[in-house]
Amino acid sequence: MTTTARAAADELAPPPQREVPRGLVWVWRDSWTEALRHLRAVPRNPDLLIFATIQPIMFVLLFNYVFGGAIDVPGYDSYTQYLMPGVFAQTVLFGSAFTGIGVAEDMTKGIIDRLRSLPMYQPSVLVGRTLSDICRNIFTFVVMFIVGYIVGFRIGGSISAAIGATLLLLGFSYAFSWVQALIGLSVKSVEAANSAGFIWMFPLTFVSSAFVSTASMPQWLQTFADWNPFTKLTNAARALYTGSDPGADLWIAIAWAIGITVVFSFLAARKYSRTSR
Amino acid sequence: MNAVEVEGLEKRFGDTEALRGVDLTVEKATVLGLLGPNGAGKTTTVRILTTLLKADAGRATVDGIDVASDPRRVRARIGLTGQYAAVDERLTGFESLEHVGRLFHLSTREARARATELLERFDLTDAGGRVVKGYSGGMRRRLDIAMSLVSRPTVLFLDEPTTGLDPRSRLGMWDLIEELVAEGTTTLLTTQYLDEAERLADDIVVIDHGTVIAKGTADELKGQIGGDRLEVTVGRPDELARTAELLRDRCAVTGAEHVDVEARTVTIAASETHKIVPDVVRLLDDAGIEVLDVVVRRPTLDDVFLQLTGHAADGDADEGGDR
Ligand SMILES: Nc1ncnc2c1ncn2[C@@H]1O[C@H](COP(=O)(O)OP(=O)(O)O)[C@@H](O)[C@H]1O
Ligand SMILES: [Mg+2]
Repeated sequence: MTTTARAAADELAPPPQREVPRGLVWVWRDSWTEALRHLRAVPRNPDLLIFATIQPIMFVLLFNYVFGGAIDVPGYDSYTQYLMPGVFAQTVLFGSAFTGIGVAEDMTKGIIDRLRSLPMYQPSVLVGRTLSDICRNIFTFVVMFIVGYIVGFRIGGSISAAIGATLLLLGFSYAFSWVQALIGLSVKSVEAANSAGFIWMFPLTFVSSAFVSTASMPQWLQTFADWNPFTKLTNAARALYTGSDPGADLWIAIAWAIGITVVFSFLAARKYSRTSR
Repeated sequence: MNAVEVEGLEKRFGDTEALRGVDLTVEKATVLGLLGPNGAGKTTTVRILTTLLKADAGRATVDGIDVASDPRRVRARIGLTGQYAAVDERLTGFESLEHVGRLFHLSTREARARATELLERFDLTDAGGRVVKGYSGGMRRRLDIAMSLVSRPTVLFLDEPTTGLDPRSRLGMWDLIEELVAEGTTTLLTTQYLDEAERLADDIVVIDHGTVIAKGTADELKGQIGGDRLEVTVGRPDELARTAELLRDRCAVTGAEHVDVEARTVTIAASETHKIVPDVVRLLDDAGIEVLDVVVRRPTLDDVFLQLTGHAADGDADEGGDR
């Protein structure tokens, strides 16, 4: 090597920050850095957001105006009051599917490999992804809430109960983001993540109390619907929004959200650390 | 202490033995070229050294740190550019670099300063504010390499940095890697091309089917395989044997000749080819052999493999070539 090259080599040294910082602050910072990577991209692909809101808007119009007159829900004068919490719940749940698609995209494009070669806290890749998707879901929720207001939905109880209902919905969405993350890590392509992420959400959300009363279903279906965590979620959210007592449904829904988050974040993190090692 | 030390590395994927005991070292401030055909085990080696994959057996250290037992500390010291550009298409070039800087735990200010510096260095300043989706293949590659340099790595890993690039981008990439090397960045690069290894690497390790089959400087390897190649194409297949004989007598270099019946060519290692060519043409003419073409070329990876292993680099050995 020439002397000038040596001089240049000296110039490069000393390298900055060689040791790896550890601790919760850095876990959070790495996760937020990853979340920012996705959030920055959101306004650049507005079609993603638009599609995420068009579908629930269609549901509102269909159910509220087309089926609404024919659907009878005991205990509710206005079907709109009954319907909207169900639509909110379905919207944020479907929103969680973006997590799986995004994770699969990072996997297939080799971005995960690059991230894995960096000294970051590795599970931040998943934490950051789920955090960014919750931000995206807050946005779609706000849009849907405005749509709900336009078609006549009103908060019947206290504001704090309504905020509680909203947090419960977002908590559920976050929990299912981890389910989707696991799916995204397990499939081989983005298309597969897309179908595997959505397909089971249709029975989950329709065989529930989200759009109709479960009492109108055949017995066997009703049993499933009554046990469905999504029914617990919609019942609790609906009660809080309309000002009635959610009863046990609230605690059961919270337990589901926490349980799913704990179990699936563990499974997803394990899957991530084992993938291609 | 060497920058990279590898001993007896083994890795198996199901029935495929990707690595069967690879040994190599990279000295500080030098470039090692890991040369081998598709499927030789280059990427697998790089992935183990960069902590993406765990070896089944063997030991590897980077900057003195064991890759298996302390991967996070290894990651703080390395830069990796994989075989396929790993860039988030939704971000701008600047954001991509800043993002990597942040994950190396630089402050926002440092990460931004480094991003600006690297964009300039890699001739991407104008494109820095645009999203990567619109970048050309060459630009993506440059950004990818820039991303692996954000932390001023102790060891840089480049996996086939020029595969898939058009010839012009390829030359550009060579210049760029040469500059990095001149700055003293220890580099391990993999390639399928002998000329690339020759131009960029101080030392070359030739690998095939997961085993090291030769090591040395480019000159040492070329000494082993006997310099340039003289390739003679004749008019009729039945003239091949006689041509081969004449060439062998005239050139008398280490390597035996290789006969390709289908292409009607005889290839032989030769030194001082500028003197040999007129001789060969005259000799063959005197013997009444119809010569269609005489070409002098640099040895290719195929020649290296023919010489070292007796089979061609692409695996389908000895297609129609008897000696
Ligand atoms: N993840 C994997 N699963 C199964 N086989 C693999 C995997 N990665 C590599 N291989 C096999 O291991 C061998 C070496 O591959 P690789 O290291 O990618 O070679 P190179 O980079 O030299 O082309 C090949 O036969 C390849 O098919
Ligand atoms: Mg490879």
